[in-house]
Amino acid sequence: MLKIALSKGRIFKETLPLLEHAGIIPLDDPETSRKLILDTNHDAIKLVIIRATDVPTYVQYAAADMGVAGKDVLMEHGGDGLYEPLDLAIARCRLMTAGACDFSPTAHQKLRIATKYVNTSKQFFADKGQHVEIIKLYGSMELAPLVGLSDLIVDVVDTGNTLKANGLEPKEHIADISSRLIVNKASMKMKHAQIQSLIKKIAEAV
Amino acid sequence: MSYKHWLLPEGVQEVLPQQAQHIETLRRQILDHYASWGYELVETPLIDYLSSLLTGTGSGEDLALTTATITDQLSGRLLGIRADMTPQVARIDAHYYTDDAPRRFCYIGRVLRTRLHDFYASRSPLQVGLELYGDDSIRSDKEVLSLLLNSLDIIGFRNLHLDLGHVSIYRTLAEHLGLTEKQENQLFLLLQRKALTDIKTILQSWQLPKRYQTLFLALVNLHGDSSVLSQAKYIFANYETILRAIDDLEIMNNYLQEYYPDIELYYDLSELRGYHYHTGLVFSAYIAEQGQCIAQGGRYDDIGEVFGYARPATGFSFDLALLTQLSEQVTEKERVYAPLVNDPTLQQSLYQALNNLRQQGYCVVQALTDRDNAKSLGCSKVLRYLDRQWQICAIEKD
Repeated sequence: MLKIALSKGRIFKETLPLLEHAGIIPLDDPETSRKLILDTNHDAIKLVIIRATDVPTYVQYAAADMGVAGKDVLMEHGGDGLYEPLDLAIARCRLMTAGACDFSPTAHQKLRIATKYVNTSKQFFADKGQHVEIIKLYGSMELAPLVGLSDLIVDVVDTGNTLKANGLEPKEHIADISSRLIVNKASMKMKHAQIQSLIKKIAEAV
Repeated sequence: MSYKHWLLPEGVQEVLPQQAQHIETLRRQILDHYASWGYELVETPLIDYLSSLLTGTGSGEDLALTTATITDQLSGRLLGIRADMTPQVARIDAHYYTDDAPRRFCYIGRVLRTRLHDFYASRSPLQVGLELYGDDSIRSDKEVLSLLLNSLDIIGFRNLHLDLGHVSIYRTLAEHLGLTEKQENQLFLLLQRKALTDIKTILQSWQLPKRYQTLFLALVNLHGDSSVLSQAKYIFANYETILRAIDDLEIMNNYLQEYYPDIELYYDLSELRGYHYHTGLVFSAYIAEQGQCIAQGGRYDDIGEVFGYARPATGFSFDLALLTQLSEQVTEKERVYAPLVNDPTLQQSLYQALNNLRQQGYCVVQALTDRDNAKSLGCSKVLRYLDRQWQICAIEKD
């Protein structure tokens, strides 16, 4: 049995053609089905549908053998216990800091950063030798600077339209993001032939 | 009444009778097995000066984060609670035995770790391990690995997967390229994740010669069955140190296939677990449906150098408490119920019967009140006075 963890939405949609190239076709559509484990045209391959941020955790503890996770999620998770052998080059965006267009920090000000990427943000500012306070939020990051909750935000930026619409602009580039194929370390060792041939097939389609 | 006194710290477990007995049975079998190969049991101090706990392992920094500390009220120095017994055993070897003869030590004891590595793990694992000092040949790697496989067999694991690697392959390549320590570390982290795309990018950014880039990228993909060994020989044909490492792996491969044919072998030449500490052949064992390694070990030559006597060394360790949980085998001893007796003559004969049975190895539990019965005392047999003697009988069904 091989379990592949995917999240709904953009990652699922963009992963489907890759899986299809490897001959794996889900029998249900996660957008209409309420099932959390989707059958595929192979009896021994199942798709597990979970939240994007949970994908590395499921794969790390071998609840799923493989998964597809954004680099942003992987950086925040730390990637312990995981291999990430393939960059799928899908769901591309950038992880950036952003703030009000007219915002300029005063010299010794301790910045307040609103983000859901707590670890990544800490690391980013620590590498620059900058003291910051991090506020963990779960969504609508753009609101935080507008209502004075934070000076800056750290978030993924795709087109930048949401930022613009709220009078914000992207400031510093932290990392280029795309989705990665991740594999549990023990699964890679114990189901090597199956996983390796799947990786190869998917790599052809990237 | 409050439940808060029942809460245990994260990663800390109580061991209840059935499991405790199971652990104890296995502990005896395993240590007896090691003894039959000439391994001598040693006991290392539970607390030790922090400075000595942390020297001797290249992984000093990792170990420093894992070791819990207290201040010694007598000397004012920092004490550490052992988080790994290997360095302590190395100190015993370096300090007490300075002849050239090989030494074999085994040990068992609880260690304490400040952090949880993953959620199956314990912060106070029952570490069992053994170390073989004084021989740098593949023969001692074979011996140590055999003992690990035998231990796992005693615990009851079937369908084992064994992952083998050799850290000197990556080390030789890195030295050859003259990578800075920072670069070597960066590349090491990426190799651990087999992040091929990122490795490509970083190698290009360092502007390494093309053929070296190809070698590194080839290394990332060298994992799988024993065929990767012949591939590696071809790829690294110009590197003598690497060829020697591959030879060692081949010898081990043939040995394991002959003597342990049921074990699935897997080779991963870029697996660098314990890279800062290991120096040669490394191995870890996995069981199906368990996304983590259950035992690990390998060669770590010259660990005793800081204690004044550098020797070749190889060994392994595992958490016996965790492994008894994972194995489905149980050892449960039958308990015999002895009833409460008021008649003085019967009391005397019962006393003798109990003594005899216990000497023969039976577990006999005596009733203390009239309310006790075989079931409440967890017994499956009862002692009855029949034909003028005490006899073990099955429990009569109601």
